[in-house]
Amino acid sequence: MIEARGLSKRFHDKKRGEIRAVENVSFSCKPGQIYGLLGANGAGKTTTLRMLATILEPTEGTAVICGYDVVDDPEKVRANVGFLSTATALYPRLTAQELVEYFGRLNGLDEATLKSRVDDIFNRLDMNGFRDRRCDKLSTGMKQKTSIARTLVHDPPVMVFDEPTTGLDVMTARTIIGFIADCRDRGKTVIFSTHIMSEVERLCDHVGIIHDGKLLEEGTVPELRTKYSEHNLEEIIVKVVGPLVNSEAIAS
Amino acid sequence: MNLHAVGVVYRKELTEWLRDRRTLISTVLVPLLAFPLLISGVISLSAVLIGSAKKEVPKVMIIGGEDSPDVIAALRADKELEVIPYADDWKNQISEKQIRAAVEIPPSFQTSLEHGTPKTVQIDYYEGEIKSGFGAEHVEKSLKAYRDDLVKKRLEAKSLPASLIAPFDIKQENVAPPEKVGGASIGSFIGYMVIILSMTGAMYPAIDLTAGEKERGTMETILSSPISRLDLVLGKFLLIFSASLTTAILSVTSMGLSFAYLGHSLSKANASGAGIQMNLGLMSVVAVFLMALPLAVLFAAVLMTIALFAKTYKEAQSYLTPMTFVVVIPAIASIMPGVELNPKLALVPILNTSLVCKEIITGTYHWNSIIMIFASTCVYAAAAIFLAVKTFQRESVLFRS
Repeated sequence: MIEARGLSKRFHDKKRGEIRAVENVSFSCKPGQIYGLLGANGAGKTTTLRMLATILEPTEGTAVICGYDVVDDPEKVRANVGFLSTATALYPRLTAQELVEYFGRLNGLDEATLKSRVDDIFNRLDMNGFRDRRCDKLSTGMKQKTSIARTLVHDPPVMVFDEPTTGLDVMTARTIIGFIADCRDRGKTVIFSTHIMSEVERLCDHVGIIHDGKLLEEGTVPELRTKYSEHNLEEIIVKVVGPLVNSEAIAS
Repeated sequence: MNLHAVGVVYRKELTEWLRDRRTLISTVLVPLLAFPLLISGVISLSAVLIGSAKKEVPKVMIIGGEDSPDVIAALRADKELEVIPYADDWKNQISEKQIRAAVEIPPSFQTSLEHGTPKTVQIDYYEGEIKSGFGAEHVEKSLKAYRDDLVKKRLEAKSLPASLIAPFDIKQENVAPPEKVGGASIGSFIGYMVIILSMTGAMYPAIDLTAGEKERGTMETILSSPISRLDLVLGKFLLIFSASLTTAILSVTSMGLSFAYLGHSLSKANASGAGIQMNLGLMSVVAVFLMALPLAVLFAAVLMTIALFAKTYKEAQSYLTPMTFVVVIPAIASIMPGVELNPKLALVPILNTSLVCKEIITGTYHWNSIIMIFASTCVYAAAAIFLAVKTFQRESVLFRS
């Protein structure tokens, strides 16, 4: 269960002054559901997801994940979250197995549980062929599978994906999409951000449209289609965000 | 703080560190090989050069002296000199290193000797040229022998004892224990090397574990795991500290062995037994390490904190290079003659440890300053670790863009 309550994040930049990256964002996502966060680059998606994963601390507001507050209990929150993004790289000098084991140990798994968990994940993701290969020698697809194994090793009830398919080839992207769907089917709470509308249509139960740090619209895909009398998701986003973009253009 | 988590981070960092070829070179190979190569290389090279210069029978030329056959005969009789025929360009020949020296015998030298009116014999050589210097020395030795012989004969002729001109003898004798003699010659150098190397040993892993991690994109990965930032920073710190110690231990071991070998071969070469003493007491080496320990903690924490601000490996390198000077200057200052430990200097980090190491190696233990220096360096080190932990908790540093 994820519940964001008025999440806000402000950064200070020497040249640009105060930047409001995320402002008063609230939403919730239940187990067995996928929540899609949509928006342009710089809209605040990554910052929001990083706050949920407790990598960044909110300036205001908070979020509760599996009953733990991201501000008060960040370590307990992280123990319940699997976080995957294009920025979460692998340690090049560890083998795929060592890497997954390392994160298992950081999550406090005992050696027996860790071994069975790692064996299970490696079988499930068909990773036994490159178990002992160093991460810097893996192909992009193998790396992505290892990253997935890393997020799964502690069997977290909540999964956070930040543009997980950006820059990946079709086959690797398919693996990721399949994996996200699988997470939902296993009853996990999933939130993910993307630019790719086909992924949203295929996966998301709920979507939130974020622009300039603010959550402008929220609902199920059919609800949004009805509200905006438009089938194409991309067009819906343009309708939601467009008036703001135009007024910003005139103002500047 | 969760010690188990710190251990997990440390083990993983150690695994990665040992698999990095650059690490092996900077932490293991360089300190192991640098000293034997540097010390034995430089010293045996100079020994070879000096040895061959000493062994050479110098070519010398005699200028004048046609009316003084005795002194010329004495010079020619010396087997350690090769007297070559006179040539007008003798000055040039010395400068061109064709001959090593020339002896100018003044006119009617022999007659003046007989009449007891002293004249000056001049030896011409090439100052600063080692072989010419040895040649001039040889000529002087030969002339002195001729003079002593002349004095002896004169005394005998007048039935006077030889002690008339040498009523007493003078000799020099070392009374300082061998450890102190060895310490004084290389003590300050050892302290200096331990300090410099414990910093250079920490430098590479400090960059790799912070800016390197940001550059490779693994920082976000590790921050998304449930480990606390305190445990993470401590695990990383311990690895950097270990690297620093490994480099220092390896280099001092290798340096000790090189010096022992050098001392051994020098005392063997010097048959009189007055060979340069190069042995260091094991106790003093251990004491130097103990003193350098908090300093290594300080280096590891400071380097890590600075490197954490950088986004890339290269940027970190450019931040840390000036640090080398910050460390080298006080370390060198301690080697300077006349810089001695005093209560004020005992509070200056790096310089204090360097100075106290110099004393320890020579077997001098001023417990008050030792305790003060150890304690003050521990305080600096603790402050540096605290700063490192605080820096690691700052988002603006971790996600600097």
